[in-house]
Amino acid sequence: MSENILEVSNLRKYFDISGGIIGRKRHTVKAVDGVDLTVAKGETVGLVGESGCGKTTVGRTILKLYEPTAGSIIFEGEDITKYSQRKMKPLRAQMQMIFQDPYSSLNPRHTVGDIVAASFAIHKVTPEGGVKKTVQGLLERVGLNPEHINRFPHEFSGGQRQRIGIARAIALRPKLIIADEPVSALDVSIQAQVVNLLDDLQSEFGLSYLIVAHDLSVVQHISDRVVVMYLGKVMEVARTEDLFKSPHHPYTKALLSAVPIPDPTIERSRERITLVGDLPSPANPPTGCVFNTRCWKAQDICRNSVPAQRTVGTSTVACHFPE
Amino acid sequence: MLKYISKRVFYAFVMLFVLSMVVYLIFGLVPIDPAKLSCGTHCNPVVVEANRHRLGLDIPLWHQWWNFIMGLFQGRTYGEGAAMIHCPAPAFGYSFPNNACVTEVMAGAFPFTFTLAVGAFILWMTIGISFGILAARKKGTYIDRLSTAFVLIGSSLPIFILGLLIYITAFLLHLIDPITQGTWVSPLSDPIGFFRNFIFAWITLALAYAAIYTRLTRSNVIETSTEDYIRTARAKGVAERDVLYRHNLRTALAPLITNAGLDFGGLLGGAIITERVFQLPGLGYMSIKAVLRDYDLPLIMGTTLLAAAFFIFFNLIVDIAYAYLDPRVRLN
Amino acid sequence: MSHLLEVKNLSVAFPTEDGLVQATDDLSFHVDLGETLAIVGESGSGKSVSSMAIMGLHNPKSTQISGQVLISSLGHSTDVVTASSEEVRRLRGGTVSMIFQDPMSALHPYFTIGNQISEAWLLHNDGTKADARKKAIEMLDLVGISDASNRVDAYPHQFSGGMRQRVMIAMALVNHPKILIADEPTTALDVTVQAQILKLLKDMQHEFNMAVILITHDLGVVAEVADRVNVMYAGRLVEEGSVNEIYKNPVHPYTIGLLASVPRVDQAHGTRLKTIPGQPPSLISLPGGCAFEPRCEFAKFVPGNLCKTTRPQVEEKHTGHLARCHLSAAEIKAHQ
Repeated sequence: MSENILEVSNLRKYFDISGGIIGRKRHTVKAVDGVDLTVAKGETVGLVGESGCGKTTVGRTILKLYEPTAGSIIFEGEDITKYSQRKMKPLRAQMQMIFQDPYSSLNPRHTVGDIVAASFAIHKVTPEGGVKKTVQGLLERVGLNPEHINRFPHEFSGGQRQRIGIARAIALRPKLIIADEPVSALDVSIQAQVVNLLDDLQSEFGLSYLIVAHDLSVVQHISDRVVVMYLGKVMEVARTEDLFKSPHHPYTKALLSAVPIPDPTIERSRERITLVGDLPSPANPPTGCVFNTRCWKAQDICRNSVPAQRTVGTSTVACHFPE
Repeated sequence: MLKYISKRVFYAFVMLFVLSMVVYLIFGLVPIDPAKLSCGTHCNPVVVEANRHRLGLDIPLWHQWWNFIMGLFQGRTYGEGAAMIHCPAPAFGYSFPNNACVTEVMAGAFPFTFTLAVGAFILWMTIGISFGILAARKKGTYIDRLSTAFVLIGSSLPIFILGLLIYITAFLLHLIDPITQGTWVSPLSDPIGFFRNFIFAWITLALAYAAIYTRLTRSNVIETSTEDYIRTARAKGVAERDVLYRHNLRTALAPLITNAGLDFGGLLGGAIITERVFQLPGLGYMSIKAVLRDYDLPLIMGTTLLAAAFFIFFNLIVDIAYAYLDPRVRLN
Repeated sequence: MSHLLEVKNLSVAFPTEDGLVQATDDLSFHVDLGETLAIVGESGSGKSVSSMAIMGLHNPKSTQISGQVLISSLGHSTDVVTASSEEVRRLRGGTVSMIFQDPMSALHPYFTIGNQISEAWLLHNDGTKADARKKAIEMLDLVGISDASNRVDAYPHQFSGGMRQRVMIAMALVNHPKILIADEPTTALDVTVQAQILKLLKDMQHEFNMAVILITHDLGVVAEVADRVNVMYAGRLVEEGSVNEIYKNPVHPYTIGLLASVPRVDQAHGTRLKTIPGQPPSLISLPGGCAFEPRCEFAKFVPGNLCKTTRPQVEEKHTGHLARCHLSAAEIKAHQ
């Protein structure tokens, strides 16, 4: 795990919100505001945060589905920040995406076989042993019946559709998979199956994952390292065990304490930090530390100056008063 | 809100201004010479030239356009001496075939068009919305299927066929007198004569439009009834009647305002076919005469701009009404 | 002593083109004042369908309902299934209230929140609009909306998701119901907001002394707030017991599998999740035996073909702990 497959530094993505008939620029939403993150080869990094924190935008910007406003994205030593869509095309075979909603991300008019085989056609690759056989092999690998190659997405359950999405993503043997909430639309018993499948595929194909998710229990389970975001900024980066055992950022601490544990005895004896108030608008974030409006440790310095990333133990924390 | 409206009104004027330019340009390019047309049977080049001068057509096109614009505000005077004709503001020009100022001609035609549009509008909205609600409530029953049949007939039958069928039926039943039909009767002095003039034209237009509104209302009501907030209303104990009339229709009918406003605004510019079939000398009838028979450019210009103005105006009304209804639009 | 709510042999089915969808099947349970009953299950387990049946919200034209839903109010018991629509309407929002999963879409976008809460009050009380408005402000204040007297005139889209759920709660409680049904009340919310809302629900339960029926798929939330738990699978109740019994001593193979497959933040990182193999069955023409049999790891310990052929009945496995399984609690324990 020495070499990084993905290095993102100071990534920014601003969206201009315009209004009026002539489309005057009204204000800028800093969806992603200076994010650093790395994914090592074979590693799984969990990118967590609540809705509106910018985690999904980070994933999409790395894949160049959005043009980054600033910063750099280095994939396998290649700086792809300024790459055009045409130049990105060969790289797309190596970076794939798995989407949240297995209902809307598969074309309902195409058979499962067509959906999985589309990657081969787009990148003009003919797999060894022929397309059909390879697709059937992929379906079998993700736990679907290879004889169902001619069925349509609506004939499958949610969990099975997510498996189809995974088969499509791994068809070209990518090196990096960015998964946006890969299991959050699935039922608990199915969720576990898909999580295990992602685990197995990783060791089998040496994949690296960037998992964007809001469910900390899933992230805890699947990730080696975790990046915690809040209002477009990274609050804390740590190895999973460390983060869950001893969170250093007050936000991480509050977030973890809010996740319920399925055990009534533990759950009812826990000390819980209940954050007050709502998430501020990303169009008008607080000055200084973006978390200061909801933080119980906030002091003047938090309102005036943006905390720098500092190392505490094995973690990196952006806080003036880390735990 | 006020700022928004004034901005929209300003844009509306800009749009009309540009439109008048475009219409002028098109008419400048049409190979028809109003000076020749207005010259009558004993025509010679001298008279044509004199006419051209009198009509102000012997100057460059842009200047003609400018005179036209100024005329809108100041009125215009054509010719000199005994032959002098003055059209007071807003002057759209002089219509030779009608021997009157365009504004006068249009003012004579407008009551027909306006009455036709208002009556038809009331009728079709009432029919369309009530049929639509009924069909949505009785979804899947024979009433629903009946309304589907109505929609199908109403929207697939061309209006000239529908109009002729109704006209002939009314004629055979002695409900229409082709001799007096289309003469203006004041609703105050002779309400029955007034209604007899318009009722069949109203029905014709209403049938054609009501079909669309039935379909729209039905689908919107059904769609809204699956919304979560309708379930919430039931859950707090709202009676079915109020679920429909207070909670559902509010959102279901709001999109209809757009269609209603634009359809009504469009009709005020003249319902060409219906007016023609029922011999109603409204704006539509008049403009079709101006185009096909008289080549009456000033009148065409006037009706085009008037129709456009109505359309733009009702577009604005629609937006304001929508904002009034939907707080998400109003408050953003 | 009769229960506040008693559901007896409730079956709800929807006829469709493909066949009859048996959404709940022979469902019986009860709730008493002051307690929180969680109904847990995955999508298609029938948990939401049964809550809609308690509210009498199913369209009788497209639904086949049998069984009883008895609600006691002021010493009088009403069967929602057979009562007149007017009787049921008066119960809704009065004795029984409900809040929903998605507070974004559950409030009417065209009415102010004050208007919507007032409407709920006026439906069940005699009073003027001014009284209703005062009541609305009072309720908004109670559920923790600051500056309630001003924000009562705001529209739903001006609130965040968590705030809207507070508004929903204020609306549901304005008539001091005896039963509050909360259908996935925090699923659409972020965890930190979820914690706020769950706490609010607890506080409100104490304030108004009501029964809460919490419908959820989230076992963590259940562990936090429930007193008793019903576990549902394929429209059937498979296990019922106190929250401690269900979590510490589950006796139905589905419950055991479900608890094992949930990832937990307090678990050692890197452990492999246990899974329940296969998919939930289609609710159209379920086989005659146990609905869970195709996915059950314990079925092989049942002699003969009993699980395939015979539908297990709900039996008391321990005191107050019921399950629908052919195996006894001891047998399950032995094979675990």
